[in-house]
Amino acid sequence: MTDRPPMSDSALIRARGLTKRFGAFTAVDAVDFEVAKGESFGFLGPNGAGKTSTMRMIGCVSPISGGTLTVLDQDPTTQGPSIRSRIGVVPQQDSLDTELTVRENLVLYGRYFGLSRAECGRRADELLEFAQLTERQNDEVEPLSGGMKRRLTIARALINEPDLLLLDEPTTGLDPQARHLLWDRLYRLKQRGVTLVLTTHYMDEAEQLCDRLVVMDKAKIVAEGSPRQLIDRYSTKEVTELRFPAGVQESLDGQLDGLADRIERLADRVLLYADDGEAVAVAAHERGLQPETVLVRRSTLEDVFLRLTGRSLIE
Amino acid sequence: MTGPTLPLRVAPPIMFGSRRALRLIERNLYVYRHGWIVIVSGFFEPLFYLLSIGFGLGALVGNVPGPGGASIPYQLFVAPALLASSSMNGAITEATFNFFFKLRYQKTFDAILSTPLSVADIALGEMGWGLIRGALYTVGFIGVMVVLGIGVSPWLLLTVPAALLISFGFGAVGMAATSFMRTWQDFDLIQLIILPMFLFSGTFYPVETYPDGLRFIVQLTPLYQGVDLLRSLAVGVVGPEAIFHVAYLLVMGFAGLFVVSRRLDRLLLK
Repeated sequence: MTDRPPMSDSALIRARGLTKRFGAFTAVDAVDFEVAKGESFGFLGPNGAGKTSTMRMIGCVSPISGGTLTVLDQDPTTQGPSIRSRIGVVPQQDSLDTELTVRENLVLYGRYFGLSRAECGRRADELLEFAQLTERQNDEVEPLSGGMKRRLTIARALINEPDLLLLDEPTTGLDPQARHLLWDRLYRLKQRGVTLVLTTHYMDEAEQLCDRLVVMDKAKIVAEGSPRQLIDRYSTKEVTELRFPAGVQESLDGQLDGLADRIERLADRVLLYADDGEAVAVAAHERGLQPETVLVRRSTLEDVFLRLTGRSLIE
Repeated sequence: MTGPTLPLRVAPPIMFGSRRALRLIERNLYVYRHGWIVIVSGFFEPLFYLLSIGFGLGALVGNVPGPGGASIPYQLFVAPALLASSSMNGAITEATFNFFFKLRYQKTFDAILSTPLSVADIALGEMGWGLIRGALYTVGFIGVMVVLGIGVSPWLLLTVPAALLISFGFGAVGMAATSFMRTWQDFDLIQLIILPMFLFSGTFYPVETYPDGLRFIVQLTPLYQGVDLLRSLAVGVVGPEAIFHVAYLLVMGFAGLFVVSRRLDRLLLK
């Protein structure tokens, strides 16, 4: 875990005032960030925050509208092919070639990078092993499960042994088991020193994988730090969640005041922020409040996001 | 930084296609290794037409006036026109349905653009594949013509590049049109153009049967260029209008490639 911002000279990505506009709409509004070599860096934010647009600019498939961007010390505007030859991209939507088999997807992708057939074959075998798809290598892509397709997409992105791996919502839409398997694979890459840049709207994913992250909302970066730092800075140690029977929550005026450092009312529950969650639960009980359920938990990035934007991450 | 990059932005993007375009051809070879039957079927289509119309109908028709006015057997009249039509059809199928699927549904090109390949490489590679496929059909069909004793002119050899030129023109314009399509239904429009062209461009009977005004219009259709070019080569009577046909098809091809490159740029590199 790196707790300090990276040193500039080791940065693989540098963005200053980076902006993306589509007509009158500004998708990314003058953001600054740097990603250091070997780091796992995340963009956390809800859908439409500008995460994917940022990733596409880094991946040199979307021209920047303003500011400056350097990737691997090169300019995406003029040196796209050279940059792309050294990065791996896992797009939000799987774009596997459904007209080819699992193995052919890897081999041919290597050919796009100009690798020899023999080299592509060697790397494909390794990556099939890594993605736990060796037994399915001669199958068509279509019948694979969502998790397998995702693993194949990641394996494909690694065929050129990239210095930098871009993952746009790597586990969205996967079941919990498939997600954990994928996280495990990504964690191994991280241990091997591959620089990971990912977007996510899952706080648990960000906490699992990111050394450092920026929180994006409405095209801007609203906070930056390690998951721990962000939680320390923007939330309390614990959260007490009270869920009341239908109709009761609206009639609680004033009864919760002073129970915690901060109170957030969501549609279906009330969140009480304090360093000692148990004490809050006891105090609420002493006031005669009768919630249906009480849950005391540690603060997460979800709470950070709520604090920063007043909204929850997943609508 | 804008200074040195300026020429890049001004020159048409198609000029910068590279040898990486060959990888697209390789992809298609991989794909068709699984579906070689599709390739074979494309060879039989014009052959069946030739047997049914050339020989079946030809037996009733006898001789017709060919290029230069000389009387030629109906089989010789219709065979090169069928070759021209099948070059058009093959190129259009590849450039419309298959191209649309890769562009809009499978996101094949999005994945490819994350590698060093460029939009121009994709356009050139897809075009190149269409031409290779077209060349296979053409050689096969001409082989059949020779075996059946239809057309023995030494000019016949030139029908191969000429048929490729037809594939090039229609393939490029087809891809350009496809880049504007939004749904599968839009392709009915293309069929609405292709089918009448197939039936009325002097394919099955001489355009001299039309009244002057109508004949002039027919002679401006792209398929007519191909039909007349291939027919004059097959018969061995090549006039100056062949130069016009060649120029027409070349312009069509390069204009189509130019448009499709720009469109892919807009669609894929948002």
